[in-house]
Amino acid sequence: MDYGFTEYQTALRDLAREIAEKEIRPVAAEYDREGKFPWPVVKVLAETDLFRVFIDEKYGGITEGSPIFNMCIVTEELSKACGGIALSFAGTALGAIPILLSGSEEQKQRWLPDVAAGKRLAAFALTEPQAGSDAGAVRTTALRDGDHYVLNGAKQWITNGGEAEIYSVIALTNPAKGPRGASCIVVEKGTPGFTFGKKEDKLGIRASATRELIFQDCRVPVENCLGREGTGFITAMRTFDVSRPGVGAQALGIAQGAFDLALEYACTRRQFDAPIGSFQGLRFMLADMAMKIEAARALVYATARYIDTQPKERPTVYAAMSKCFAADVAMSVTVDAVQVFGGYGYMHDYPIEKYMRDAKITQIYEGTNQIQREEISKALINAFHSRRPAVARAA
Amino acid sequence: MFQAAAREFAEKEVAPHTEHMDREGVFNHELLDKFFEQGFMAIEVPEAYGGSGGSFFMSILAIEEFSRVDASAGVVVDVQNTLVNNALQRWGTEAQKQAHLPRLARNVLGAYALSEANSGSDAFALETRAREDGDGYVLNGRKLWITNAKEAGLFIVFATINRELGYKGITAFLIERDTPGFSVGKKEDKLGIRASSTCELILEDCRVPKADVLGEVGKGYKVAIETLNEGRIGIGAQMVGVARGALDHAVAYARDRKQFGKPIAEFQGIQFQLARLATEVEAARLMTYNAARLKDAKLPFLKEAAMAKYFCSMVAERVASECLEVYGGYGFTKDYPAEKYLRDAKIGKIYEGTSFMQLQTIAKMILG
Repeated sequence: MDYGFTEYQTALRDLAREIAEKEIRPVAAEYDREGKFPWPVVKVLAETDLFRVFIDEKYGGITEGSPIFNMCIVTEELSKACGGIALSFAGTALGAIPILLSGSEEQKQRWLPDVAAGKRLAAFALTEPQAGSDAGAVRTTALRDGDHYVLNGAKQWITNGGEAEIYSVIALTNPAKGPRGASCIVVEKGTPGFTFGKKEDKLGIRASATRELIFQDCRVPVENCLGREGTGFITAMRTFDVSRPGVGAQALGIAQGAFDLALEYACTRRQFDAPIGSFQGLRFMLADMAMKIEAARALVYATARYIDTQPKERPTVYAAMSKCFAADVAMSVTVDAVQVFGGYGYMHDYPIEKYMRDAKITQIYEGTNQIQREEISKALINAFHSRRPAVARAA
Repeated sequence: MFQAAAREFAEKEVAPHTEHMDREGVFNHELLDKFFEQGFMAIEVPEAYGGSGGSFFMSILAIEEFSRVDASAGVVVDVQNTLVNNALQRWGTEAQKQAHLPRLARNVLGAYALSEANSGSDAFALETRAREDGDGYVLNGRKLWITNAKEAGLFIVFATINRELGYKGITAFLIERDTPGFSVGKKEDKLGIRASSTCELILEDCRVPKADVLGEVGKGYKVAIETLNEGRIGIGAQMVGVARGALDHAVAYARDRKQFGKPIAEFQGIQFQLARLATEVEAARLMTYNAARLKDAKLPFLKEAAMAKYFCSMVAERVASECLEVYGGYGFTKDYPAEKYLRDAKIGKIYEGTSFMQLQTIAKMILG
């Protein structure tokens, strides 16, 4: 299939694929088992300039005009080998996007070159124990005190938590106004009063750090606020508009990675004196898996391209669709891939059950799939009532 | 009444161990002792042999209730009752029954060994050899993924007296754990049902007296097929239990967890999702009960058993997966039970005949 890649995107895909095969696949099982952070892989990603692909040239990046598509391509390729290790990359993109979207020239110059060089990882911190799907219920405060904000509160399940150095944190600068009083503030690791809590023990993506952030009278200069005070949720929502196809790409990579292994197994495992791939029941399952993956890929790629080429349009609906659809595909494909492996599929000695464990998170984070369906349907119904097109036409 | 007793036992005695046993991948020995004490390990064995003298349906209820709190507990009870005890009751000689059933009722765990590395779905392509030698047989080969093997004292092992005879060479043997030449090998590290041991068996010049052949020589395939036919209903019950457990937890969580100022159970999206899952669980449960009743009534149940296993394992996987989503991020962590239900559910479509094999059986039954 010709996916309309530019020469640069093709080269990017090939490079990411090579790294995935050489650097990630051989260690994926070990990192999954031990739940440790993949610093050696991060080093390779930095050395090969992959952290530059979603950051503007002005700040040390190399996007060639397609930052989100680039981010998706790399995420997909890395996820084929390990959805957890890929998150060190994708989570950093998520943490940098608020700066790219809402940061001033000075803020961008201050943080983005280090991210682009892979010197410092980034993270995005919104979720709190009581504020999951209901993100507007955040309670962490950042109260103004002279030329500083004083942060108090805790963030939960933060991807790259503890490992990243640059955190885009949503906190209430004006608690009386609720979500409209939220701001996005960059907090750097090492700031006094900023510590890390419990590291989660998870079903999947175990090579990714998921950790609590704790703020106790943590003083951050006012210059660290991205955009105006009170625009934190606008930044968060605009961040998700462009990051969700990245989750879709992660799901896509997990699904493709699992499918590739299942196909190989179906062609080599013999039962009843024939490869199991010669039985129609199994072949039809493989056909269904492959169709779902291609459909998810088309949606993720189209959305990423749309975001890159139509920066003035709100891609919310497509972003939600691509994340939700690809995640559901990943879950269904990985469950079936385990099935193809039969009893071997259930054992940790074989790589396939890990794909199923990793796939599940894509249905949950950056907005559960229930929330995606909520956003999609809400936008469609609102558009009907306002007699505007439901979703902007793709160019 | 029996169901209530099983449920109470599950909640009081099994549930406190569930999380720990999953993490450590070890079944609690005291819990196993209690299963024996309470008569759960020989539900259908007649009282004359030390059993509880119950019905197959009662075994099904026990497996379901135990699996609702821990699928591993469910499968330990399942293998003992629906595979080992049943095979002995149906195919054992009077001497074999008297020798083994009281032990299986009292304190000896049994295991059932059919699979090999190269014969999974293609079960009758097994390679373990049994060579006739005087008044016994000498067995050589390896068995794979044998449930309960780590703790078991008695094994029903399938081997072939002559591979050229195909399925007609397959013979079932009763083998004691301490038989020279018999050993339990590597214990598997698994996605789910981690407290239930799954091991390799190694047979090296393992000598078994002719008196320990179960059923007739060359008729082992019948022992295997007919036992597994019933076993499928047991796995159906296990999967119904897993689905019910996952759903019960998700329902409680949905009523408790507040987002947007109200319990998430008040959102129609969640309501309909839970309603749909509850309906699927009910259908799965009725299919399992129906197959079990047909079996107890000595009516044909083969198609219904295959359908029950096929459908229940599909439902359990879906229910466990969607219930995890109800928990959102919490569901993905090991602090909550949702992810364990998903890991446990996945085995249902795989063991005692994969879903493909169930479809094959069903197709044969309806197409002739």
